[in-house]
Amino acid sequence: MATTYEAIATVTVGSGGAANIEFTSIPGTYTDLSLLCTLRLTSGGIEAVDFTFNNDTGANYSWRYIQGSGSAVNSASGSAANAFTEAMVTNGSTSTASTFSNSCLYIPNYAGSNNKSFSLDTVEEENATAAYMRLEAGLWSNSAAITSIKIYGSANFAQYSTATLYGIKNS
Amino acid sequence: MPSTYEPIATTTLSSAASSVTFSSISGSYTDLVLVANTATNTSSNYYLIQFNSDTGSNYSSTHLRGTGSAASSTRYSNETSIFTSIGSTISTTKLASIMTAHIMNYSNTTTYKTIVSRDNNAGTEVDTTVALWRSTAAITSIKISIGANNFDTDSTFTLYGIKAA
Repeated sequence: MATTYEAIATVTVGSGGAANIEFTSIPGTYTDLSLLCTLRLTSGGIEAVDFTFNNDTGANYSWRYIQGSGSAVNSASGSAANAFTEAMVTNGSTSTASTFSNSCLYIPNYAGSNNKSFSLDTVEEENATAAYMRLEAGLWSNSAAITSIKIYGSANFAQYSTATLYGIKNS
Repeated sequence: MPSTYEPIATTTLSSAASSVTFSSISGSYTDLVLVANTATNTSSNYYLIQFNSDTGSNYSSTHLRGTGSAASSTRYSNETSIFTSIGSTISTTKLASIMTAHIMNYSNTTTYKTIVSRDNNAGTEVDTTVALWRSTAAITSIKISIGANNFDTDSTFTLYGIKAA
């Protein structure tokens, strides 16, 4: 039986930190993509991490999410933005030490000729009054195949942050 | 390394269809994952799932839902299928809806079957669903439909099997 869940590339941030994590030259040979991240920023508290596809900074991104903080739940949406902003929730430097967020981004039919939708589950846990979990839907209004993904925050990613991109084949 | 996440079957619609069925599902896996990336021309739809052609009132589900302005939870009991929320979109936004359903221990003949599903549409809602099929039968077929409407062309459906070891 064919192997269908394959690691395409992985990034581990070194001691100097990194302003962004980028996967480029993504082959179109899979059906779906899955990006698993464990992240922390070098400043701030509970932070957002944004991402773009194919370095597109046009107003082509929209999303909708529901999130819980431990004491409240809310839903919000955004559109016509130049990136998927407010995407992944992430620990910052004032978060409990050695805590990293976890996110799973799933992109079906990433190489097709229709607009691209995604599903994102993202959580940030720490020993604090509030911690966040978020379920998000997104749409990139672009019919191009996704060949690169760039994620970035308001500060550098801290050492030991990791991201792995997997390719999934449907046959 | 043994392969543990294997494609069982996939369907891409070349014309509109009211439902898609995966049948003769092997019992050789531990869990199943159903991934659907769909479009429909009519709004206010929802995915419906039935197992083994069972149309009895044997399904229940609990939903957590965000519309972009409100968050809510809904409960359905004694239904004739599983609601996994939205498939709504507009015709110009193809494949805006995603459903990823995990079906655990689907082939055992001792316990009822549990499903956890994530459903997405950036234009309408984001949802997560837990559902129960009150049957001890092994799941050998899965039917997914979209209410009284049709899935549009280019909609894709893939069933994966996962082995524990």
